[in-house]
Amino acid sequence: MTTTSYRTAEQIGHTEQGPRPLPALGEQTAAAQPSLVDTVLPNGLRVIAVRKESVPMVEVRLRIPFAGTERLHSARAEVLANTLLTGTERRDRAQFDTDLAAVGGDLSSVVDPERLSVGGSALASGLDVLLDVLADALTGAVYRDEEVARESERLVERITMARSQPSVIAREALQKHRYGDHPFAKEMPEAAEIGEVTPEQVRALHKASVLPRGSLLVLVGDIDPDAAVATVGTVLSGWQSDASAVELPALPVLTPGDVRLVHRPGAVQSQIRLSAQTLPRTDPGYSALQVANLVYGGYFSSRLVENIREDKGYTYGAHSYFEFTKDNATVLVEADTASGVTPAAFWETRYELGRLVLSPPSASEVDNARQYAIGSLLTSTSSQAGLCATLAALGALGLSYEWLRDQPMRIADVTVEQVTEAAEKYFAPTKFTGIVVGDADVLAPQFRAIGGVVLP
Amino acid sequence: MAAPELHRFTLPNGLRVVLAPDRTAPVVGVSVHYDVGFRSEPEGRTGFAHLFEHLMFQGSESLEKLAHFRHVQSSGGTFNGSTHPDYTDYFETLPSAALERALFLEADRMRAPRITQENLNNQIDVVKEEIRLRVLNTPYGGFPWIWLPPVLYSTFPNAHNGYGDFTELEQANLDDCAQFFDTYYAPGNAVLTVAGDFAVAHATELVNKHFGDVPARPTPARPSFAEPHPQGEQRAVHEDPHAPLPALAVGYRLPDPGTDLDGYLANVVLAAVLSDGDASRLQQRMVHREPLVTDISVGAGLFGPLDARDPDTFTVTAMHSPEVSEDRILGVLDDELEKLAATGPQEDELARVAARWAASMHREHDRITSRTLSFGASELLHGRAELASELPERIRAVTTEQVAAAAKALRPDSRAVLVVPAAGGNK
Repeated sequence: MTTTSYRTAEQIGHTEQGPRPLPALGEQTAAAQPSLVDTVLPNGLRVIAVRKESVPMVEVRLRIPFAGTERLHSARAEVLANTLLTGTERRDRAQFDTDLAAVGGDLSSVVDPERLSVGGSALASGLDVLLDVLADALTGAVYRDEEVARESERLVERITMARSQPSVIAREALQKHRYGDHPFAKEMPEAAEIGEVTPEQVRALHKASVLPRGSLLVLVGDIDPDAAVATVGTVLSGWQSDASAVELPALPVLTPGDVRLVHRPGAVQSQIRLSAQTLPRTDPGYSALQVANLVYGGYFSSRLVENIREDKGYTYGAHSYFEFTKDNATVLVEADTASGVTPAAFWETRYELGRLVLSPPSASEVDNARQYAIGSLLTSTSSQAGLCATLAALGALGLSYEWLRDQPMRIADVTVEQVTEAAEKYFAPTKFTGIVVGDADVLAPQFRAIGGVVLP
Repeated sequence: MAAPELHRFTLPNGLRVVLAPDRTAPVVGVSVHYDVGFRSEPEGRTGFAHLFEHLMFQGSESLEKLAHFRHVQSSGGTFNGSTHPDYTDYFETLPSAALERALFLEADRMRAPRITQENLNNQIDVVKEEIRLRVLNTPYGGFPWIWLPPVLYSTFPNAHNGYGDFTELEQANLDDCAQFFDTYYAPGNAVLTVAGDFAVAHATELVNKHFGDVPARPTPARPSFAEPHPQGEQRAVHEDPHAPLPALAVGYRLPDPGTDLDGYLANVVLAAVLSDGDASRLQQRMVHREPLVTDISVGAGLFGPLDARDPDTFTVTAMHSPEVSEDRILGVLDDELEKLAATGPQEDELARVAARWAASMHREHDRITSRTLSFGASELLHGRAELASELPERIRAVTTEQVAAAAKALRPDSRAVLVVPAAGGNK
């Protein structure tokens, strides 16, 4: 034994003075209202430019509605997104990177079933270069054969890698379960489809679908909004079309129903994924629903997390959150749990949905959730990148900065009764459907016993 | 951006305090960095430092279980903690009205955390779920941070798995917790950082009010984790049952940032010249021109640049198709390193790296959480919170000769090579 002595855990947890009172909150100052311009250019592109001078940088996000119903749309769109910034008449791949790096810049593009997104940042002094590079790609991408060929090869490997991730397997199963053959469900092409894509098809897709009308460009940073919009107007004056960018076809309303068990042999952990139809963000009832979601599983101090993580240790993280498309919204509930406790965790997840209706949120639960919603909006929009991403997401739903500015007041006005009503209407277990991915050999007996799950 | 004005003082109990006021947005960040990471956990208790991090959220004398989370979030804030090789951090980001509350919460658990058998059992289960999520049930889980160190290093502190072994996690008991807390969580072994919207005099008063009577305790002598560089190339294979493609990790020893910061930063620049952006040397050659790999990435510091004291690792990782052998990839890597060792990078390559570093520092410091954590970690590990802001200048000052020397030091006969075969591809 050493001569050093340590206190016991019991001794460590107590002091002579005993417990102390929690300090009250101080006075909160409001965030400064930035100067901004929100306008539509003659080519139909909506531009939001915001002055936020916290650091000498500028953030940029471009959102182009980019849906398609053709069989190969998803594959062509993926190849396009991966080669958009690899070549024009003026620049090859390395030149893109060299020009951007000189102004501390980065640009990248990704595509999903709804839109093509191009995003990046640069030193504010390099805004002209950043916009020139962006405009060059939008108006002059050439999709050289060798770049299309090489990126297609990489895509096939990346798709293989992505499909080995449990979270991706679960997402694909959920989308198929929720939306069947709707284009929204196809977030990733088949590897074989990539092989069918030709450079001509990618060039044709660019011409047909990389369009300014209906698209949104957001700039946030140490910039003069008027001057920035004028520069955008000049550099993007060659980006023209009478056609509008392609919106996602309307989504069907989700049908509640049994949860489907998807077999993943040998999995040591399962993915629980539930979903229900809710209200679009533009709906006046959204704020009450947002608070109801927080109380259920939308933050750490929620009923779901306190039950299945902090009380029972079934999961590292459980979450519920909204998924918004242009005119639609759903709520998703997620938890990953060890195979041995998956049916129990599933049962508790549904139990908490029922409890949200039968034991509706208390005044203090509502108050805590309201404060969190208001405060986390403040912190998440306190950086240029955070504000830019938020405005781009809102703008894609047709909302503007005013919605963001007024949202804290709307949340503060939400009443316990409104939250109770929202919980009843949208969080009842009978409103949900979903999937569980896991080892069916382990999970099936208990799921069979508790019911509500379709076994493979 | 002008570097933020930093204020620092030390309380009589030894707690070091850094204040970084910036009133451009009405939010504050509060963090406490304790000078203990998974390199200091005892043999037979792998994963203990991380498990203990979880327990620090489970209540303290004035706070019941769950109260910490609820108080932060009902004040509009967010929180987290993380365990690194040499430190463990705890942090909150909140509207500025909640500054005193955050200081109270951190002081209460520094003074008297509530460590119970029930919470220990619960958090062992939660940590095991975290490990299943991040390592056991996912392709490339723990690659390379768990699997490369045991190839490059031979001593327990440097080589072992910081997430821990399930059987060792299950053996953790309350006495382990008490001893760990009393040894490492003394106020003199920690740095408190407050950044954002506050007046310095007011924050100083609040820090004294809440942390002033946390009793001083002896601080442990900081051990050296130094060990010799590997003799010869060390190779190992890690079987990953989920990996769809082969992967490769190469690890080299970095210079000691405590005694040779410029040498260390030359490696930071070297890593960027090799793999940052499509115009970088390995991206151009290995991903696009020849092509050998699907993705490649090079970095100084296993958890990021300057995130640990010596010894730390210069890392190259690549995913590649099964048709390409690891020796071909290593051959091209060595070839590019030899070229850089012979002539160094071009001036325009250095200028690109410098501009991107300046930009990335601005972006990082624009987010209150990252700004707070970067000041705290710099103060704790390197004794200078200012370093976080000075890095772009110091990166800009790195010369082509220094990068050449760094490339020359990455020798094939003193490195670790970890091979991850595709699952089922090794039959």
